[in-house]
Amino acid sequence: MPPLEKKTLFEKIWDSHVVYHETGCPAVLYIDLHLIHEVTSPQAFQGLRERGLPVHRPDRTLATIDHIIPTRGRSLPGFRILDPQASRMVTELRDNCRQWGIELYDLNSEHQGIVHVIGPQIGATQPGMTVVCGDSHTSTHGAMGALAFGIGTSEVEHVLATQCLLQTRPRTMEIRLEGRLQPGVSAKDIILAVIAKIGVSGGVGHVFEYTGSAIRALTMDERMTVCNMSIEGGARAGMIAPDDTTFQYLNGRPSAPNGPAWDAAVAKWRTLPSDDGATFDQAVSLDASRIEPMITYGTNPGMAIPVTGPVPDPAAVADSGQRSALLKALEYMALEPGRSLLGHPIDVVFIGSCTNSRIADLRGAASVLRGRRINPRVRMLVVPGSADVSKQAESEGLAEVFRAAGAEWREPGCSMCIAMNGDELSAGQYCVSTSNRNFEGRQGQGGRTMLASPLTAAACAVTGVVSDVRTLLG
Amino acid sequence: MQPFTKLTSRLVPLPTRDIDTDQIIPARFLKTTVKSGLGEALFNDWRLQPNFILNQPRATGASILLAGDNFGCGSSREHAPWALLAFGFRAVVSTSFGDIFRNNSLKNGLLPVALDAATHAALMERSVADASLEITIDLESQTVTLPDGKSVGFPIDAFSRSCLLAGVDQLGYLLKQQDRIAAFEARA
Repeated sequence: MPPLEKKTLFEKIWDSHVVYHETGCPAVLYIDLHLIHEVTSPQAFQGLRERGLPVHRPDRTLATIDHIIPTRGRSLPGFRILDPQASRMVTELRDNCRQWGIELYDLNSEHQGIVHVIGPQIGATQPGMTVVCGDSHTSTHGAMGALAFGIGTSEVEHVLATQCLLQTRPRTMEIRLEGRLQPGVSAKDIILAVIAKIGVSGGVGHVFEYTGSAIRALTMDERMTVCNMSIEGGARAGMIAPDDTTFQYLNGRPSAPNGPAWDAAVAKWRTLPSDDGATFDQAVSLDASRIEPMITYGTNPGMAIPVTGPVPDPAAVADSGQRSALLKALEYMALEPGRSLLGHPIDVVFIGSCTNSRIADLRGAASVLRGRRINPRVRMLVVPGSADVSKQAESEGLAEVFRAAGAEWREPGCSMCIAMNGDELSAGQYCVSTSNRNFEGRQGQGGRTMLASPLTAAACAVTGVVSDVRTLLG
Repeated sequence: MQPFTKLTSRLVPLPTRDIDTDQIIPARFLKTTVKSGLGEALFNDWRLQPNFILNQPRATGASILLAGDNFGCGSSREHAPWALLAFGFRAVVSTSFGDIFRNNSLKNGLLPVALDAATHAALMERSVADASLEITIDLESQTVTLPDGKSVGFPIDAFSRSCLLAGVDQLGYLLKQQDRIAAFEARA
């Protein structure tokens, strides 16, 4: 008998979702769950209208409003979105969802929130699924043991019309993290360290699978932080094998299977992890016990250093393309090479985004802020990822910790991660942000972003300067 | 979609690596429900610098952008290729592209052309110095003819190539698979 084929988690999910694969053509890949939001869907629905096509599976489509909505005042009587463009986009999403019978978590929904927070939270994202959304951070859902990746608006139209996508099979890369994290170091530091190592194009054409004892030890909220930023390393998807942590997280969530269906689902999910002896096209490994709190100094997420370390010196960079990119980044950030960022004054702290707005993130930030006040020259926004997270944080007293410390406790949305809703930096301001992108102007024209963990961000808010959170831990 | 067959054009060199789609079109310009009219927003914040390449006379009428490594990383916004096309570009030449940007471009008739690092570097150097420099991109033969007459190949999957050559979008192929999709759904 020939030996059974050894497959990775990715290969198992891919193979079970190929509807058809004609030689010389990309595979027709079935999509189990399609998440949509107001920014990347209107032109796709317009495309359907122009062709006279219906939405094929509204029951596999889920909508939310997150990117452009204000994060305050929504519960006040007479609230309306003042930005006419944003208002039109919300209206259009509502109309499209109503026309096709797509479930929409609208502003007043108890489940409204950032698309990548609510999918796992309601149990809609499950192990073994294919999940797509017109948003590059769809990789987040890979934490559930799903194959999840971001798509463009043309592809949103394809999925709406057929529930399928044309896809060329990507290569695989194992990212192994062994060892135990040091105090003050969290999932955000893991992924920033990974991207600093492989670079922002290191994963192009690949799907990541994160493995090793340090990954196994993470909670689901933490795993989502890691998978979320896979795209910042160039990979469209990042995955983690489902295990008891995954199943415990999912059990009892509204859209998760229940009763006998639950047991059957878990039995199936237990077959998903990569087989012993399955091979990856590439592999990298990091010692998790040596990762320090990380912070970015430049204008892409790969430009990250341990918070105690020096900003790299362009003079020491051999590759001319890398050197000029570094020079351009340091000029934009107005930072000097060769020196640590510790003590550098900051203006704003943002805690939120699909990377770090879940309850574990808020608990982490609150643990630093409890009994402390933020520095008076710092403006701090805390934006929960969903209405559920917000409610939970209120009930645990976290919201009160933030308010008492002098932070603004806001309503759920993407907010200052993408700065489309009025929450933005002014030119020249420095922001320590728990979001995922430090690109030029990402948080507002001329704004300067330093990406870090919720722990580090909270520490910086207290001191008013870039700080090592370990000096504030009791 | 406009077919892409053969294109001879001057180049707009942008020798920066890792240009993300937030630079190609900043998020505040995504507050639209249509695909058109985004040319003005292309590289909006970089165009605030008067000497930025897109503000120079050589950018007018040139339809090939020659960019640094890993062009189009970051956000999935399809507004990036829409804006490049609206400005007048039909092809982007680099050494590599962000996966989602590459997919989005192919679906809109914007051709991503990846050259080997040495050819790319030499072309970039000459292009920065010489605004009149032209290249020819031939999709049928999958070659770029360089200013010295030498031809080099570039990769593209056969399916995307045939769609671009014919000017047909990819949804047509998917719609033809409806019976297979229904059968798959019945099995699942």
